[in-house]
Amino acid sequence: MDSADTAGAAPPPVRAEITLTVNGTGHRLGVDTRTSLLDVLREELGLTGSKKGCDHGQCGACTVLLDGRRVNACLALAVAHDGADVVTVEGLGGGDGGLSPVQEAFLECDAFQCGYCTPGQLCSATAVLGEAARGWPSAATPDVADEPRLDDAEIRERMSGNLCRCGAYVNIVAAVRGAAVRGAAVREAAGTEPGILP
Amino acid sequence: MRPFAYERAGTAEEALAKHDDDALYLGGGTNLVDLMRLGVATPARLVDVAHLPCDRIERGADGGLVIGAAVRNSDLAADPAARRSHPLLVEAVLTGASGQIRNQATVGGNLLQRTRCSYFQDITKPCNKREPGSGCPAREGEHHNHAIFGHSAACVATHPSDMAVALAALDASVRVRGRGGGERAVPLGELYRRPGEDPSRDTALEPGDLITAVEVPPLGLPSRYRKVRERASFAFALVSVAVALDVEGGAAGGGTVRDCRIALGGVAHLPWRAHRAEAVLRGAPATAESFLRAAEAELEAAEPLRDNRYKVPLATNLIARTLTELTER
Repeated sequence: MDSADTAGAAPPPVRAEITLTVNGTGHRLGVDTRTSLLDVLREELGLTGSKKGCDHGQCGACTVLLDGRRVNACLALAVAHDGADVVTVEGLGGGDGGLSPVQEAFLECDAFQCGYCTPGQLCSATAVLGEAARGWPSAATPDVADEPRLDDAEIRERMSGNLCRCGAYVNIVAAVRGAAVRGAAVREAAGTEPGILP
Repeated sequence: MRPFAYERAGTAEEALAKHDDDALYLGGGTNLVDLMRLGVATPARLVDVAHLPCDRIERGADGGLVIGAAVRNSDLAADPAARRSHPLLVEAVLTGASGQIRNQATVGGNLLQRTRCSYFQDITKPCNKREPGSGCPAREGEHHNHAIFGHSAACVATHPSDMAVALAALDASVRVRGRGGGERAVPLGELYRRPGEDPSRDTALEPGDLITAVEVPPLGLPSRYRKVRERASFAFALVSVAVALDVEGGAAGGGTVRDCRIALGGVAHLPWRAHRAEAVLRGAPATAESFLRAAEAELEAAEPLRDNRYKVPLATNLIARTLTELTER
């Protein structure tokens, strides 16, 4: 390559070493600093449940739980989350291959059609139940100083970061409502406080 | 995306020391990472300030709030004290973005997010904000959601933050640390610039300046944030308004307006404090007629573009309606 080719050329990639715990398993990874958490999950770890829809944080198909909170994995730089704990759709049901209450509710309510947005919907819904149980208000809460009631308007607002091009919204709302009722009953029976996960 | 070096700062001093003219501070990254992917932002280095110890909300004895710049938007919206004392601020934060993005986004980053003007975000198009001197296609092109106040021949973009609109109404200020050392307070009303001839600068901050906190004075008045957008949720404002109202004998009594705060979003390069409307309203009876007259006084000064004239009646009605609702509660 002569000097004309290198003049103004992009600088070389920068690599960094990070650790991630994903669905309970620890990983040590070398990543390009530009790599998103989503690309690490899909391309490096083979966890293709999390989907790349828009890659701009607008569709929610890449939603995962990062240190217990739902985020768009496409907007998270992997290098900025060294040491993080990540749960993807593959890890929602625990290690025994079973389904979580939210996943059961999506099946029961037929809350999907093509399924592409579903992993993000499931991770988001899981976090929504935790946020509501801890009393977080939303834009649909009439008075933000009050404890919210997770009615359909609240569920629609809280799930608005997850688009479904098939339009399965009606059944998604029903599934989240069902999972919320079930989660509250389980917590009451166990006498536990709401955590980040329901 | 251009390759970049990444460094995590543990303290504000460390962040300032690591910053240079080729560096950008990284907060939650919800706007910056996207801009880098689009080729709009091309830093050689990111200095990650999301882990600085300014991650708490302190409540002052006077009822004011000091919100650390690294506080996540969702933590601010969930804060029990803020929800009681400054509901318009919490409402504004909750109407912004999605639950996922609010979990990532920081308060400091929210204030410094860039416009969503489609020409700014498209590197194949001219844009004076991104490429000074290249022109502004929005002025004659797609501008249905652009500014109606304070724009210039060089730029008609709007500031996208909802939170900043509430903070403008609250007379908040930001604490800033600069490369020269020392901390200063910058009132919200002086933080943002009109585009003028140099729209490349959104704010009055200097390179390397680091926002460490937002100071919010006590409110103690009925307040409200309302936002009109093209879909029910997860969209930027067409027009939004933050209002607080102080009426003699209480907001519901129909008495005289002692004081009021009105700020508009989605209408200018900065959160637009409606000083004209406020002046008309002070001393006037707290009635729907006064509110409409005040709103009309503000919008008389609007300079809408070809395809955003609808924002004039929309903003007028939104101001009048939101103030009226405050007196009906």
